[in-house]
Amino acid sequence: MPLLEITDLRKAFTAPDGTAHEVVRIPRFEMDARAQVALSGPSGTGKTTFLHLIAGILVPDSGKLVLDGVEMSALAEPARDRLRATSIGYIFQTFNLLQGFTALENVLLGMSFGPGADRSRAEALLRRVGLGDRLDHFPRQLSTGQQQRIAVARALANRPKLVLADEPTGNLDAANAREALALIRGACAEDGAALLLVSHDPGVLASFDRHASLAEINEASRSPSTVLRSPSA
Amino acid sequence: MTLWLLVRRSLRQHLLSTLVTALAIALAGGLLMSVWAVKRQAHDTFTGQTGGWDAVLGARGSKLQLVLNAVFHLEASPGNVPWADYLDIGSNRAVSLAVPLAVGDNYRGYRLVGTTTNYFTQSEYAPGKKFAVVAGGRCFEDGYREALLGSFAAQRLGLKLGDEFHPYHGLNFDPNAQHQETYVVVGILEPSNTPADRVVWIPLAGLQNMSGHDPTTAADVSAVLVKLRSPVAGKTLELLYNRQGNRLTFAWPIAEQVAYLFDRFGWFDQVLTLVAWLVALVATGSVLASIYNSMSARRRDLAILRALGARRSTVFGAIVLEAAAIAVLGMAVSYVFYFSVVAVVAAIIRAQTGVVLDPFAWDAVLLWAPAAMVALSAAAGIVPAIKAYGTHVAEGLSPES
Repeated sequence: MPLLEITDLRKAFTAPDGTAHEVVRIPRFEMDARAQVALSGPSGTGKTTFLHLIAGILVPDSGKLVLDGVEMSALAEPARDRLRATSIGYIFQTFNLLQGFTALENVLLGMSFGPGADRSRAEALLRRVGLGDRLDHFPRQLSTGQQQRIAVARALANRPKLVLADEPTGNLDAANAREALALIRGACAEDGAALLLVSHDPGVLASFDRHASLAEINEASRSPSTVLRSPSA
Repeated sequence: MTLWLLVRRSLRQHLLSTLVTALAIALAGGLLMSVWAVKRQAHDTFTGQTGGWDAVLGARGSKLQLVLNAVFHLEASPGNVPWADYLDIGSNRAVSLAVPLAVGDNYRGYRLVGTTTNYFTQSEYAPGKKFAVVAGGRCFEDGYREALLGSFAAQRLGLKLGDEFHPYHGLNFDPNAQHQETYVVVGILEPSNTPADRVVWIPLAGLQNMSGHDPTTAADVSAVLVKLRSPVAGKTLELLYNRQGNRLTFAWPIAEQVAYLFDRFGWFDQVLTLVAWLVALVATGSVLASIYNSMSARRRDLAILRALGARRSTVFGAIVLEAAAIAVLGMAVSYVFYFSVVAVVAAIIRAQTGVVLDPFAWDAVLLWAPAAMVALSAAAGIVPAIKAYGTHVAEGLSPES
């Protein structure tokens, strides 16, 4: 059974003029456990929306999204929050670290919404990403590369089944980007987590055995019928 | 742990607004507690301040004025009581002790009260407590121009044993109204925390015969303090003097007269209390405004927390807890304001009346007012918490331009 199974997933947003813009229409998408998949696509092809739907941050208008045997799209919000905290790690392009918290606290907070804060594991994770001597540093005291490593440690903190990475190298220079990518892929492989990464960097995409264009998967990104008229229009 | 960590970090991130808001809470809480405690303590202390006496006999007039004049050494005497009436009540079988008082002079604003030595030797100003004279001194002797000073009066006037002074005519200090008589300080009373502390005590005859006083009333007294053998006797004497007679007034019981005074000014207490509560409400409103105004800056952090799996109820609780934590900080500091305000008020009351309030006395308001302020602040935190509850995660995570 696949780890992630998506069927007829749809999501549209309503514009201020009342028209509904369909951003995601994915008939079928699957990912196995421990798999590492890269998705490419230019801006506006619904990459972030797709990841938010998988993470349960957004609710699909229709369709089915099953993660590790649980139909996420049918869950109430608190249950989705819980599932996201325990089964999904999320690495953002802008890292989204909490600036008022130290590196260690950022990781501990991620844990506290899941199985519970485990200080020794959090410290071990930060040592693993090379920040063993920066535990009590605040994000602003660290380089962008180091901030990305905190984000990686935080994403892996709850031993997730699936790690979502949204343009994780988009804010890094070439050297840091290579290092971060290797770190993310290596850490996911070591922890047995599947990795779904979206990027528009050809170099990043080329390093994956399985990669696809989101435009191929997401019919909404290539269909002229992405603008839906509201019934009253 | 998570909520507490979130609150601690948020308080630190918004340190200036946290401190300003906590200070507003501290001032409001301190004011609320002070008003409440001073009101209660003043009521209890004044109504319990009988000086050990059951009643006051004086000239026909206000009972309250009699009590204020004879027990609290405030106000003017409503008139004189003939010496025969003093002897008459002193010999009444229902009376265990009657002590005459005469007023009409002062020394630099501190009232001179003429009395007999049994005021100090036979009466107790509180159960089991008699007046004591500081070592080296003694009580004045009848027939001599000697003075026994209350502790507060001695301290404020800077008089010590052996010092001499000339009294001034009238209850208010007038430098041009000095009497010729010279009095010598022979003793200073130990503090009794009663109005007696701010009095310059001299022999009754000394005040009655002071130069310039009307010689035709030299034998009269201003009031007679009365100690009854049995409390029920008060009713009989009240009937005798207040109903059947028309020359004198028998103020009994003393506490009831003072309570009446407080009742008359009850509206003022209510206004003070209302103002204190309004200040408290404004302060808790500042908690609301402070946190609410920072919600835009917190939007991203809240979205990140939600993306990490924090429930809406968690971020809601964190905001309410933060509001409560600001109040807890403020109320911790409010005790400093409370003790300062009560100490200043107590000093003023002591200087004006001799009655001592204890700033460190226990009052339930010290417990329930902080609890109420924390609860009010937490309630005020609900408004921004609702905003946090409704945080749109995806929008909050969008890169800021």
